[in-house]
Amino acid sequence: MGVLAASGGSALAQSTPEEIGRSTEPGFADTLAQALPTACDLVAGDVPDDGGGAVRLTWKLSGGDEALGAAVTALEVFRYAPGEAPVSLGVVPQGDREFVDTDADDGIPYQYFVRSMTDLGFTDSEACDPVVASPQWFAHGRTSVLVLTVLFCAAVLVYIRRARSDEKLYIRKIPGLEAVDDAVGRATEMGRPVLYVPGIETVSEVGTLAALTILGHVAKRVAAHGTPLLVPCADPIVMTTAQEIVKQAYAEAGQSDRYDPSRIAYLTYDQFGYTAGVDGIMVRERPEAVFLMGYFAAESLILAETGHQIGAIQISGTKETSQLPFFVAACDYTLIGEELFAASSYLSREPVMLGSLKAQDLAKLWIMIFVSAAFVVGSVGLLLAPDGTSPLSRAFEAARTWFGG
Amino acid sequence: MKRTVPLVITFLTGFFLVVSFFIPHEPFGALEQRLLVWFAIVSGFTMLLGIDNLIRSHLRKIARRREGAWHSAALLAGLVVTVVVGVIGFARHGSPFHMQSPFMFVYTYSIVPLQGTMFALLAFFIASASYRAFRAKNSIATILLVSAVIVMLGRIPIGAAISHFFPAAQEWIMDIPQLAAKRGIQIGAALGAVSMSLRIILGIERSYLS
Repeated sequence: MGVLAASGGSALAQSTPEEIGRSTEPGFADTLAQALPTACDLVAGDVPDDGGGAVRLTWKLSGGDEALGAAVTALEVFRYAPGEAPVSLGVVPQGDREFVDTDADDGIPYQYFVRSMTDLGFTDSEACDPVVASPQWFAHGRTSVLVLTVLFCAAVLVYIRRARSDEKLYIRKIPGLEAVDDAVGRATEMGRPVLYVPGIETVSEVGTLAALTILGHVAKRVAAHGTPLLVPCADPIVMTTAQEIVKQAYAEAGQSDRYDPSRIAYLTYDQFGYTAGVDGIMVRERPEAVFLMGYFAAESLILAETGHQIGAIQISGTKETSQLPFFVAACDYTLIGEELFAASSYLSREPVMLGSLKAQDLAKLWIMIFVSAAFVVGSVGLLLAPDGTSPLSRAFEAARTWFGG
Repeated sequence: MKRTVPLVITFLTGFFLVVSFFIPHEPFGALEQRLLVWFAIVSGFTMLLGIDNLIRSHLRKIARRREGAWHSAALLAGLVVTVVVGVIGFARHGSPFHMQSPFMFVYTYSIVPLQGTMFALLAFFIASASYRAFRAKNSIATILLVSAVIVMLGRIPIGAAISHFFPAAQEWIMDIPQLAAKRGIQIGAALGAVSMSLRIILGIERSYLS
């Protein structure tokens, strides 16, 4: 037991805090220290799977003398290296039982103790054994991710190789992508523009990247038909990228002279300012085809409903499950999750691109088989031994742990 | 060369980011954070591109006296006023975000209400979209309608007052079939994202480089 701040007095349980504070009775400090709640079972260890410089502490709290009624108000964590004085690392709420020291130097054997503060004083836990922070070369907690990633990448590469060897690959039809030509054709017939909205995020969002790849294909069709294409952007990087993509598409279609960079414009980064801007374009320009692709949040329904009200044919796509119902309700076609990422491959019809789609389907099949097997194993295991001690239950738990569940 | 250099940069960046996910040791561990800082700096400068584009396109509309050019004039006036009050706020209070700054006045009494107005439109659009989605024109739409009614009733006090069935049923719908469908979509989207990332890293997907 470590330092004790309060001193003196007897008959602890019957004493008031003021009386305890005034007492000078010899040996009282140790008596009170045993009566106060204190941190115990302090365990310190290097944080696993990190880049070093971190130590995790866990502890319990002893109840102390209930009659004394002293409650811990806060806990303070101290650290010291050999030959150094303890330094405070910070105060944590009394309910916390864990602390991560993120300021440790690698290779130094630190010791820690926890100070429990009460209204009557404080007690220090015993110092833990020396612990050394160190970096790891492999994040063992991500082994399952690595294995699955390697398997999936291998499947993609195998199918790409098969596609390159002219093997015919069956890809199911995606109605939303089949309708792209119809939507552009209808806009051309009506003499109205096509509006392409690439979401509200920047290019670091994978959905935006998918939207930009689809924009290339839509722009080629639009350029071939000579239909105006409007692309309002919420991010300057997206705008610059979109301008280059559309410019190239017009060039490939031999329509470079028709390319107008002012139609691919930056509006604002503000979510609802952008929504108001796009709604305004819809109402003023009356596009016949509206594409809503990429990352959307609360503005998804506002955009889609405005598009519906102007009578445009609408094709939407997002991976945001919270916005999909809105798009499904308000748009003619919706690319759901993976279909958004498949769109570029699907529209290009390049065998190498289609190969990766087949690998996706294969991976989904693996996942379905695995989930079904896990369901059966887990359920049968519990039926055999409801306390979870059957081999099947243990196998289920092992698999769950391996996947980080 | 114009394409090869970006493809090489993309491959190396993607490869090292994937590696850094599995190797926490320096120099890989902090690579993602470092690249995010670089991205933030670059995107900060690209904001100038956006403002340049904004001003040019609206000045063009005003100069050509296109229909609705006054909208462009209002936008440019708003842009100038916001910058001016920001500078005044900085000069007077040391920061445009000081609560007494005129910039915060403009933000609080014009931008926030305008944002709120746009967001409030959502309530009306939800009503109109729900009306169309819930029309029981076939069996699937009928299931959707019944599920929606149960979930809505189960989540408000009057539902529990009518019957305890509604809270329990809505919980089951949200926890079992709804969550299962959502997870299915999420797994598919995650695989799609990984697949597309792989295509980009390997240089198979190049349409973004057009």
